[in-house]
Amino acid sequence: MSDMTDTGPMRAADGTPLKKSLARALRRQKLRALALIAPLLIFVLVTFVVPIGDMLFRSVENQIVSDTLPNTIQRLAGWNPDSGEIPDEAVFAALAVDFQAAAEEKNHTKLGTRLNYENPGMSSLFRKTGRGADDIGKNFQKTFTGFDKAWGKGEAWAALLGSDKWLAATEGWTKDAGPEPKFSARDEAEFALPLTTGVYRSFARVARADGKKAAADTKPWPVLFNALAEDISSASPEAIAAIGGPSADLLKSAAQGLSSAEPISYKDTFVAIDKGWADLGTWQTIQAYAGDYTPGYFLNAVDLEKGTDGIKKRPDQQRIYLMLFWRTIWMSMLITGCCLLLGYPVAWILANLRASTANVLMILVLLPFWTSLLVRTSAWKVLLQQQGVINDVLVWLGLVDDANRLVLINNQFGTIVAMTHILLPFMILPLYSVMKTIPPAYLRAAKSLGATNWTAFWRVYFPQSVPGIGAGAILCYILAIGYYITPELVGGTQGVFISNRIAFHISSSLNWGLAAALGAILLGAVLLLYYVYDKIVGIDNVKLG
Amino acid sequence: MKLTSILAATTALTMAAGAASAVDLTLVSWGGAYQKSQLKAYAEPYMAMHPDVNIIWDESSAEAVAKLRAMHEAGNLTWDLVDVDAADSFRLCDEGLALEYEPNDLLAPAPDGTSAADDFGAQIVNACYIPQIVYSTTFGYRTDMVGDTPPSNICDVFDLEKYPGKRSLEKRPINNMEWALLCDGVAKDDIYSVLATDEGQQQALAKLGTIKDQVIWWSAGADTPQLLADGEVVMGSTYNGRLFSAIVEQNQPIGMLWDAQVFSFDGWVIPADLPEDRLALVKDFLFFATDTQRLADQAKYISYGPARASSAPLVGKLDGTDIDMAPYMPTDPANAQNVFYYNFEFWADYRDDIDAKFQAWLAG
Repeated sequence: MSDMTDTGPMRAADGTPLKKSLARALRRQKLRALALIAPLLIFVLVTFVVPIGDMLFRSVENQIVSDTLPNTIQRLAGWNPDSGEIPDEAVFAALAVDFQAAAEEKNHTKLGTRLNYENPGMSSLFRKTGRGADDIGKNFQKTFTGFDKAWGKGEAWAALLGSDKWLAATEGWTKDAGPEPKFSARDEAEFALPLTTGVYRSFARVARADGKKAAADTKPWPVLFNALAEDISSASPEAIAAIGGPSADLLKSAAQGLSSAEPISYKDTFVAIDKGWADLGTWQTIQAYAGDYTPGYFLNAVDLEKGTDGIKKRPDQQRIYLMLFWRTIWMSMLITGCCLLLGYPVAWILANLRASTANVLMILVLLPFWTSLLVRTSAWKVLLQQQGVINDVLVWLGLVDDANRLVLINNQFGTIVAMTHILLPFMILPLYSVMKTIPPAYLRAAKSLGATNWTAFWRVYFPQSVPGIGAGAILCYILAIGYYITPELVGGTQGVFISNRIAFHISSSLNWGLAAALGAILLGAVLLLYYVYDKIVGIDNVKLG
Repeated sequence: MKLTSILAATTALTMAAGAASAVDLTLVSWGGAYQKSQLKAYAEPYMAMHPDVNIIWDESSAEAVAKLRAMHEAGNLTWDLVDVDAADSFRLCDEGLALEYEPNDLLAPAPDGTSAADDFGAQIVNACYIPQIVYSTTFGYRTDMVGDTPPSNICDVFDLEKYPGKRSLEKRPINNMEWALLCDGVAKDDIYSVLATDEGQQQALAKLGTIKDQVIWWSAGADTPQLLADGEVVMGSTYNGRLFSAIVEQNQPIGMLWDAQVFSFDGWVIPADLPEDRLALVKDFLFFATDTQRLADQAKYISYGPARASSAPLVGKLDGTDIDMAPYMPTDPANAQNVFYYNFEFWADYRDDIDAKFQAWLAG
């Protein structure tokens, strides 16, 4: 006793405290174990977690609006969407520049598609404007080249907007020398000519990506002339005078020339291209979805929408998703229940037969497993349709009148029947493997102690088979909740699930943001149910064998 | 002696190596009889002319837009040429996923010298689209279930008294909404302006509502011919080529209704950002596959009209039979008396909005 207090903590043979040495050994073991599973872990992360995370991230991502119309968004911030007036000339001027720059890279139609999800008509508005907006820049191009032919060449623009460092680096560059040096802007130019510098940055990026000609040798986009005219009209003469470099004089004379030119109305030009630009709704949509991240897809996924006056319910005729979520959940539960009712006796018989007979029967259970899902589903069509086998037999037996054949397919009944059939093996197999481990002696013991058949089953056998029920139910339920091929083929309109809408938005409407939001909610719902299940049944009580 | 055999062996080896370095050309199409018509009319002749080209088919046209977008994002383009319907080509072109081309540079002129742009005419609906065929979405009916007066008017579809029984309609608003308005008294020219309004959409849905519980909704083109053959429905909409094979090749008691059938196109788009060498091959193939004779040949295998005006007079009989193709063609004057033209721009704008309402209406 006294020895212990004298020597302090216990030490290992090499003199380090035992606790520390033990921890070190354990850590090493853990690292080794981690290294062993590392290949799998990395594989799962790279092929599973990252792509799914990326896909789910789309449900909130919305950078496309501010990337495509950066200047417009900036100037639109001061506009009051409830004012009843469309934005002023300054916003339209920025829109002209943004739009033409976007059209050069064909980004305007992508944005149109994006905004069309929120406001139908935006798609053609953007497509049409893309064709018309080019003329605005071309007119300015004529004006500028009228001042001096040099404006028509890329060289003047590079000299005006590029930093001296970049100009020196790109001097004499040819495509054999690898990628062109990255554009950097002249500071005074960036200050005095923000729009032009912004557009030129995209221009230089495109020229660089193309890699054939240096930016200075590439023909300038018409939008550059538009942007420069716009910048000159809003910059102070001192700021323009401060810009140095080889094109300084060119710029001064152009500024002088422009001061006498007649100003154009961008607003009128855009409205003339398409009167959609005079529509308040167009601008409200752009402003409402200007942020880099949006709750819009999630709101849509639960039948809400973002108006100018906050979040509100969608009109009745457009509400569908909550109903589909609910239907998916309750029908999946019903299907799981049907699987349990049908599967339990089958598993019991399999577990209690002689091994040779059980094996033969097991093949019957597994056989549908090996048949294509589509074939099985189509077989149900043949059986269940109004001119199908079951109805024919019923009519022949006289149970059903020929004129009033039963509707067994293209409704919820069809989905439940076909899916129960498809998911049955997932219920039978775990039940069977759990039942195999229950010694038959227990039932005999219960009976010999005076229990009736029912009591022996219910009090002795059934509780021991619960882990199998748990496993089978979880498997069936989680598979059912994500099914879409079978409901699509036999579900008609009343028997389809939320996954059918997700598939539709992924492959048909291409609204991946909404699909991601619906998927995220579905995933959340499954995890929540799993949690509830764990609390009630306990996940430790689940056995696959 | 020895030398010659060595030389021969070397030559054989070189040839084998040449064959092994054959280039693949991946075409995306719809499968079924339509893809077979493309195979017979242009792919096989092209491969016969170019033994080093190996054509691979991918039956993914139904999901082409989504898949092409995914490929583009992943930076791994495995397709060379994609067959899509005209509506999808708008979306591909809008998203920058399809290459814009110049008709007269890329496509062969007609034999009489008419330029490709004039020969195809308005069927080149956007800057990316290379049309091949025109088709119609129309109704087929069971000749033995309609009595002595087979349906001759599109509004017979909505007439449950005259033609009781189930109908099959496509599970999407496109076409159905137009037909519903047409049969609810809206003039043909006003349909799309009416359909752009909320009231118009409700009007169309209300008209469809009168037959809603008698409708089986299909999503695959093969569904309606099957439902007709089984006697599950008395009439149903589908593509005219599908009805043609049910009638002519499978001898089913089916008739075709040529009234207000919706006229549309199917054709190629070239994926954007193809590498130069693959693009060159694609262009070479396209020049051949869209010329006047090839498009006319295609009509020997399926009852879709060639997209070139100059191909029409060359359309003959079903391959290997004595059956005249003309009466089954959507372009035949007798069939084209009352055609409804699909408005691509309208549906590009309103597709998502009306679809949301349509689906909610279906589920409700």
